[in-house]
Amino acid sequence: MKVGVVTFPGSLDDVDARRAATLAGAEAVALWHGDADLREVDAVVLPGGFSYGDYLRAGAISRFAPVMEKVIEGAREGLPVLGICNGFQVLCESHLLPGALIKNDHRKFICKDQRLRIENNGTSWTNGYDAGQEVTIVLKNQDGGFVADDETLDMLEGEGRVVARYVDGNPNGSYRDIAGITNERGNVVGLMPHPEHCVDTLTGPSTDGLTFFTSVLKATV
Amino acid sequence: MSTPRARVVVDVMLKPEILDPQGKAVHGAFGRLGFDGVADVRQGKRFEITLDGEATEERVAEIRKAAETLLANPVIEDFAVHVENGSVEDGPVEDGPVESVDEEAEQVEETVR
Repeated sequence: MKVGVVTFPGSLDDVDARRAATLAGAEAVALWHGDADLREVDAVVLPGGFSYGDYLRAGAISRFAPVMEKVIEGAREGLPVLGICNGFQVLCESHLLPGALIKNDHRKFICKDQRLRIENNGTSWTNGYDAGQEVTIVLKNQDGGFVADDETLDMLEGEGRVVARYVDGNPNGSYRDIAGITNERGNVVGLMPHPEHCVDTLTGPSTDGLTFFTSVLKATV
Repeated sequence: MSTPRARVVVDVMLKPEILDPQGKAVHGAFGRLGFDGVADVRQGKRFEITLDGEATEERVAEIRKAAETLLANPVIEDFAVHVENGSVEDGPVEDGPVESVDEEAEQVEETVR
């Protein structure tokens, strides 16, 4: 089982994501933004950071990187893809997920241990959680406000496509407290908090994030 | 004679229903600096695109496509395309005020020199 992690210029959390995949029992494979090649991986993680300096809009330029052609093609065919933070922004810009992410409503960078409720445990990346399970996963972002029109928000909620919601307060102004969403098929997930930082008690407040990476092993077996 | 170079301008604004935290911050600064009577500030982006040659309808259509694909995210933003001092009239943004602003800017530049 190979999990590919894309490195864009300005990615910050690619190494942590590879480490999380390894801890979960997968073979982590480094993918490069400039290569239109997924190196036969079984799943892809788009990591956090400030790819291409967040110029224009967060994720707007990364979305056209050569590797993204393959990621978009694969995602449409059912390849599990997890976009974390900046990766979530890339997935929205790619239109693999609806909506967009804008600056936090309070206009400050945020870094905290965040309580989340996993609302959809049927996706490739969340099948190891219990439905409604509350977890603590770190959140650190500048452009973390999830926005979409009411029709899209109703659709996401109606189809059970809200993967995770913020609990104990909304940290960034995301509409309807949405922290993560999935596509219709459940193979593409975008999440603003960082599960890859919560895989080891030495460096994180919990190991609650590891389940994202163990879930995908089960999803592709 | 040098090749004529047309300028196409793309203005991008967040849709009215989308919160604009940057505009809010600027609005806050207006108040602190004593610029009163300002009801709201929305911040957008302006792209000045210089073409090699004239702004034909076809090329403006290409820029419009680029605006839709890259410069603006139609999920949260609206955009308008217009040609400055060009041969093609296009887009909902009025040319008049924009040109007059540019003339002023040129004058300022000359004064500085």
